Amino acid sequence: MNGIFGLDGRTWDIILAIITASIKAFVIVNGLLLAFAYMTLSERKVLGRMQARYGPNRAGPWGILQPIADGIKLAFKEDVTPRQANRWIHLLAPCLALVPALIIFAVIPLGPEMEVFGVPWTWHVARVNVAYLYAAAIASVGVYGIVLAGWASNSKYALLGGLRASAQVISYELAQGLAAMTAIVMAGSLDLYEIVNQQVASGLPYALYLPFGLVAFVVYVIAGVAEANRAPFDLAEAEGELGAGFHTEYSGFKWSMFFMAEYVNMINISALASVLFLGGWWPIPTDAPGVVQALGPVVFLVKIALFMFMFIWLRATLPRLRFDRLMSLGWKVLLPVALVNLIGTATVVALWPLGTWPFAN
Amino acid sequence: MAFVELQSPPPPSNALAGAVADVTALAKGLGVTLGYLFSKPVTIQYPEERPRLPARHRGRHELERHANGLEKCVGCELCALACPSKAIFVEGAENPPDAPVSIGERYAKTYLVNMIRCIFCGYCVEACPTEALQLKRVFELADYTRESMIYGKETLLAPAPKREAADSWLPG
Repeated sequence: MNGIFGLDGRTWDIILAIITASIKAFVIVNGLLLAFAYMTLSERKVLGRMQARYGPNRAGPWGILQPIADGIKLAFKEDVTPRQANRWIHLLAPCLALVPALIIFAVIPLGPEMEVFGVPWTWHVARVNVAYLYAAAIASVGVYGIVLAGWASNSKYALLGGLRASAQVISYELAQGLAAMTAIVMAGSLDLYEIVNQQVASGLPYALYLPFGLVAFVVYVIAGVAEANRAPFDLAEAEGELGAGFHTEYSGFKWSMFFMAEYVNMINISALASVLFLGGWWPIPTDAPGVVQALGPVVFLVKIALFMFMFIWLRATLPRLRFDRLMSLGWKVLLPVALVNLIGTATVVALWPLGTWPFAN
Repeated sequence: MAFVELQSPPPPSNALAGAVADVTALAKGLGVTLGYLFSKPVTIQYPEERPRLPARHRGRHELERHANGLEKCVGCELCALACPSKAIFVEGAENPPDAPVSIGERYAKTYLVNMIRCIFCGYCVEACPTEALQLKRVFELADYTRESMIYGKETLLAPAPKREAADSWLPG
């Protein structure tokens, strides 16, 4: 590729990398939105079956066209902005909720780095050496969408919902971050790819490193459910008491953007939990032949699907927590447990160097 | 009157026992929902499947006939009198002697039920001295206009019984 259009090989490599990354980003964003659409359908189906009814089954065979019908309905619905609302922030809030949810997936390694016919191929858009920090930071930006939606709507229900969301997410982020730190300390890296690599190399996902890994995993998942504003921690919406919480004053496409953000966030949390504690594409070895390596993303997606099922299952089972109970669970149970757990992990890691864990293998 | 003291469950002896009890309760609840996931839904797929309603279901009215095809209703208007929502209108008339409509002296010339007003309480059925009025299992009563919701005899009257070959000697 030397000298074409007067550009040298290095420049061409950069251009090629940009094009590849753009295509991957396009595929991932559309894949996420497609997954969101069918997540809504499967949620309604599974919820229905758990309540001894069928769920949507009229639009197309088994209701598979239901998300399309819903999408058309939402797109053509009147987009109401309340007269008292702050118009620009009212418009900005759903974007601020959705965009961070979509861009977190850039750093999530779906499969091992491999070679396809001699060309290196990666299953992630970007490999960042502080990938978890990036994911956590972007996830907290997403909270602003909810808070601003509550504030800009100029409605007491929305304001209360936004207030609850901010209080809840900030307190659960601490426990979640500390639980994730356990995995990071174990791996000795913030790079998500490296974290998965360490687990695959040691032959055991971190959730099975007893007791610290398992405790951190449980804390991470509980905090993740709260972070995603899902039942039983869906206090920001709390349809029984706050109308619809922070999105009471939203309709049409702006409302569906909040809806997308919620489900894509669920996918993100599932993916991060799989990466940090279930070993991503474990048990597929990273240095396996290409055909086996290609199964890595499949294993990873199965793990995400299991987490998504768990989210639905919890929603079908558990009633919503009272707000003060939610806060005391976060601050008085999860945070101390995660903190003690992190100290224990750090002690073990300090005594036995990386890779010679006493309770691995 | 004897009072029974309400008893709350005894508090767990320590925090660990409490946590174990909580987690057990959580697992039990999750087990219940998972069990239902694999159970058969109770939904009746309505337009394709229809429920077999109980025999005494109170649906649409029907004016019954005797086996010989004559109407049971004698136009006494007791149903209209019993109706708490004033949904029934009956106008009686003398039976024509040569071609009687009902068994008695009188019959219902007009019989109207306003299905918008009807609350399906069944008092009309209880009031009927000749067991002419019945509430049947017909439940698909939706329509588009108020006028079409007022049912006349042409809708309410039971179909005339088929005449068997053995009945051919009967008059009429």
